[in-house]
Amino acid sequence: MAKTEIRVGGLGGQGVILCASIIGKAASIHEGKNATLIQAFGPEARGSACSAQVSVSEETIGYPYVTNLDILAVMSQDAFNQFAPTLKPGGLLLYEEELVKLNDRLPKEVKAFAIPATRFAEEVGRRLVLNIVMVGFFAGVTKLCSFEAFRKATLDSVPKGTEDLNIKALQKGYDFGLKLVSG
Amino acid sequence: MKADPKGVLTGVHFLDGDHAACEGAIAAGCRFVAGYPITPSTEVVERFAARIPTVGGLFIQMEDEIASSIAIQGAVWGGKKVMSVTSGPGLSLMMEHIGFAVWTETPCVWVDVQRCGPSTGLPTQPAQQDMQQIKWGSHGDYEIIAISPNSPQECFDLMIKAFNLAETYRCPVFFMMDEVVGHMTERVEIPSADKIEITPRKYTKKKPGEFTLYATTEDDLVPEMVKAGDGYKIHTTGLTHDERGYPAMTIQAQEKMMSRLINKIRQNAHKLVDVRMDSCEGADVVVVSYGITSRIAHAAIDEARANGLKVGHARLVICWPFPEKLFAELAVKVKAFVFPELNMGQMVRELDRAVAGKAKVISVPHAGGTVHEPKIILDAIVEATR
Repeated sequence: MAKTEIRVGGLGGQGVILCASIIGKAASIHEGKNATLIQAFGPEARGSACSAQVSVSEETIGYPYVTNLDILAVMSQDAFNQFAPTLKPGGLLLYEEELVKLNDRLPKEVKAFAIPATRFAEEVGRRLVLNIVMVGFFAGVTKLCSFEAFRKATLDSVPKGTEDLNIKALQKGYDFGLKLVSG
Repeated sequence: MKADPKGVLTGVHFLDGDHAACEGAIAAGCRFVAGYPITPSTEVVERFAARIPTVGGLFIQMEDEIASSIAIQGAVWGGKKVMSVTSGPGLSLMMEHIGFAVWTETPCVWVDVQRCGPSTGLPTQPAQQDMQQIKWGSHGDYEIIAISPNSPQECFDLMIKAFNLAETYRCPVFFMMDEVVGHMTERVEIPSADKIEITPRKYTKKKPGEFTLYATTEDDLVPEMVKAGDGYKIHTTGLTHDERGYPAMTIQAQEKMMSRLINKIRQNAHKLVDVRMDSCEGADVVVVSYGITSRIAHAAIDEARANGLKVGHARLVICWPFPEKLFAELAVKVKAFVFPELNMGQMVRELDRAVAGKAKVISVPHAGGTVHEPKIILDAIVEATR
């Protein structure tokens, strides 16, 4: 398998890094691949731009940065505007449909998948789990790893006592993603 | 001896380099850190401060790096394994005390998560600009050991090596990370404690009264240690001293002490060679690298090989002492060396000296702030084959 290059973008406080971290964990710990996560590190606080890059490969990962973006998952308009033009032809865009409106920055050859992730998060109990809905959506659309790998990675990563809520969020996003790609 | 299981977080984790370095230190037996947080090294001490109360140890946030770098040395003489953690600006402040650790032979590990300088520079961006500073930054002549990891897994594994070497040679050991390695997250496997070999401190078996603090033999230039509170009356000082540790203000004492401290590293330099060689036999060009740059070089080398070029890779894991003999021997077998670094050409000076004109040496400098574009390294490789 060639290297899969992923970027997750949004606002500080949305759980962007956690979302990317669960993807990396699912691949590297629960599915035996290699994954490298690099987070945009700057003086960001809540509400400002935030992004993370994940490379996943069967091979050893040398160069750690994303240069040829396969998959972009975004939870803010700024992140879309900044990173959508870097998607490679044939790449995938996953976006939160209430937070992101597509515009002419989206390259023509990209496949775009929308999800009402904030609404889903509210439905399962808390808007806060938007990022986990996005992880589930990512899992369902990309099938980069098994659902089980994502489930375990999520359980490893979320605070004790919130497991049920987060797994519901993950499942909701996953089912929606699966239906979207198969339908 | 084996690691204390209390400090070993056995399992498979998804950790960044800073956190992995911290786990490596705790597994290696580090039980005291005095630090002054600085980007991009802060996560190391942040984790240590959170973890160490559960293991049994202490973290103190000091008023500055100067205080940190001497507090750790007090703790060594109190019997602890220690480290201080910083980045370039903090390292500059610690220089005086690094010399003190050299001259008093106080085993400490200094972690430097390198960022762009000089001065405040680019605090959140990577560089490898402190590689010569650690060797020459404190006044006087001395030898140190420096290790450069290129992944979170190595931040764990090599940190144990760093602590072990500090005990073996009783000299400062520098753990030269950089912002990318520090903030990069990957799978880290932490073995069980019984799989981790720890070098214990070289405590004397002699009784008080029979023990001389800095006595050594011709075969072993590293003296034994004692710790405060065990009944030994000892004195150590940054002044030139005799075997008892008392000031000895003579040219003869200076000569004797300097020779021993230099030779305890130089005479063992062959044991301190850790260069990961990949296809250097029969290569026309060998790329030399260390730390994060080795991973970027790898990408360039793969491409060069795909284009039919015979390229080897020599990655320095131990950067100081520089493996001069290895490169002097390799120099007669290759056309050229290519040496990318995230600085304006620091370790390449050592390579140039070792190669002594027997092959071309091409420096691929970088002002810092990000890593090289692999293409720039590839271009240098192609140039080198001409």
